[in-house]
Amino acid sequence: MLITLLTVITLVFGLVRLAPGGPFDGERQMPPDIEANLRAAYHLDEPIYQQYARYMSGLLQGDLGPSFRQKDFDVNELIAAGLPISAGLGVAALFTALILGIGIGIAAGFNQRTFADRLIMAVNNLNIALPTIVVAPLMVLVFSVLLRWFPAGGSDSIWHFVLPTIALALPYSAAIARLTRAGIIETKLEPHVKTAMAKGLSQSRLVYRHILPMALLPVISFLGPAAATLLTGSVVVEQVFDLPGIGRYFVQGALNRDYTLVMGVVVVYSAAIVTFNFFVDLAYAWLDPRIRLRQ
Amino acid sequence: MMLHLNKDTARPNNKRKMRRSTRVSIILLSIIVIAAIIGPELSNWQPEDIDWDAMEQGPSLAHPFGTDLVGRDLFVRTMIGARTSLTIAVIATFVSLIIGVPWGAFAGYLGGRVDQFMMRIVDVLYGLPFILLVILLVVLFGRNPYLLFAALGAIFWLDLARIVRGQTLSIRQALFIEASRSLGAHTGQIVWRHIIPNVIGPVIVYATITLPSVILAESFISFLGLGVQEPNTSWGVLIADGTATIESSPWMLIFPGVLLVTTLWCCNTLGDRLSDHRDEIQRNPVNL
Repeated sequence: MLITLLTVITLVFGLVRLAPGGPFDGERQMPPDIEANLRAAYHLDEPIYQQYARYMSGLLQGDLGPSFRQKDFDVNELIAAGLPISAGLGVAALFTALILGIGIGIAAGFNQRTFADRLIMAVNNLNIALPTIVVAPLMVLVFSVLLRWFPAGGSDSIWHFVLPTIALALPYSAAIARLTRAGIIETKLEPHVKTAMAKGLSQSRLVYRHILPMALLPVISFLGPAAATLLTGSVVVEQVFDLPGIGRYFVQGALNRDYTLVMGVVVVYSAAIVTFNFFVDLAYAWLDPRIRLRQ
Repeated sequence: MMLHLNKDTARPNNKRKMRRSTRVSIILLSIIVIAAIIGPELSNWQPEDIDWDAMEQGPSLAHPFGTDLVGRDLFVRTMIGARTSLTIAVIATFVSLIIGVPWGAFAGYLGGRVDQFMMRIVDVLYGLPFILLVILLVVLFGRNPYLLFAALGAIFWLDLARIVRGQTLSIRQALFIEASRSLGAHTGQIVWRHIIPNVIGPVIVYATITLPSVILAESFISFLGLGVQEPNTSWGVLIADGTATIESSPWMLIFPGVLLVTTLWCCNTLGDRLSDHRDEIQRNPVNL
């Protein structure tokens, strides 16, 4: 876990230093002594290993350094401003996706080969091919412009978060539904389920105790990589719905070539993903009796 | 389960009976590819031509897909966008093949510590928000389209490496490999001449699944304004323009959006079918 994080940080740091052109290259040529002063102020005149050590020790104290473009802010302040919105959006979308996806998957898995099952899976398959960059603007068009049910952009009230959350959650709910359905269909045929059935267990105990925990294992392992793509999706959603989250700062920073800001966002995102993956592993061990018994 | 097997074994014998979704996606995909190649030639307009009498107009006879804010014909721009998006997708997929296949083949063939080390690298990279790193690359090194290809390819080789390694493990003990080793062939020769040609089947299947992911990644980056730049265009750029003007001119979003979705759906369907088909062949090689 730490190794992954260390790799990311080192990789990002190395890339930034490898880049041609300094962060202060602008339209206008700066006088050399001013540029030298600027470089000294941001410690860019030190040898590379010292810069690396400085960045790492800053990171250990939770300091991501100053923003190269927005002079009065450091990266911490910018990220702190966006984090509540992005984190809230991400968590809400994840739960929406889980509830929707598992619900649909259960409905389809236990009523296999019925009309409802086919309909659900057909809609679902289409959903997987619908990228957020198309769905999110279409949702704005239909629900905000034509029907006027929800506001189109901004972050003033809870209503502003309904459409972004759904837009972000939809592709994942589709994938989760597919996995849940496949898991249920497979688990139903397992010997341990037949044994449980032969013991005369009640329907609900059979489903909740013997089928679902096994059937949901693929969903859990899907959540790890999904976290990474959920973040990239949130960048688009924040852009479309005009939410001032980290993703917006990331795109702005990228367009302005604000190296430290972009670096900081990548580091924060990676840390979030790595932590999330750790919890996914824990959940996996907790759900799967085979892993649990070994300990 | 029994019933399922029977149905599957029966299918390869009558090849004419393709699933309807397969046929539909092959036809649609062919139309899109042909349109991307010859489409721009069919239109009376050039992608950068400005029709001063028709700015931000909806679809009409003169402009089947409408025009954008400055009066450029959207039909021809969408076709050019298709050209860009599909070309980037094909090249990036190719790059991922060039990195992923040898990586997996060497890891699988050499085994032991080398294998562990190489696959450990893949595992570490797997957990990263890779598309963000691509954006970082684009920011640092400028918006060079070649870099975009390379960077996209560099994301998608991970899965390929895993698949190729798995396949290599299953054939590394085969007699013909042992034979060539005893004849004195060195590692590079064995991997290149014997292992890679034998794992190419699953690789092709996986490449068809990679293609839509690359299209999606490219449109995502271009949507954010960090990929393909004006006056060049791609589906991502067109969709971004359409999103900006969604209230006044929704057709600017709808046409490129529909094309993108159709392409993704066709590629996904074909990829699924191809891998189903491969599973069938593996289960009963007699039908080959």
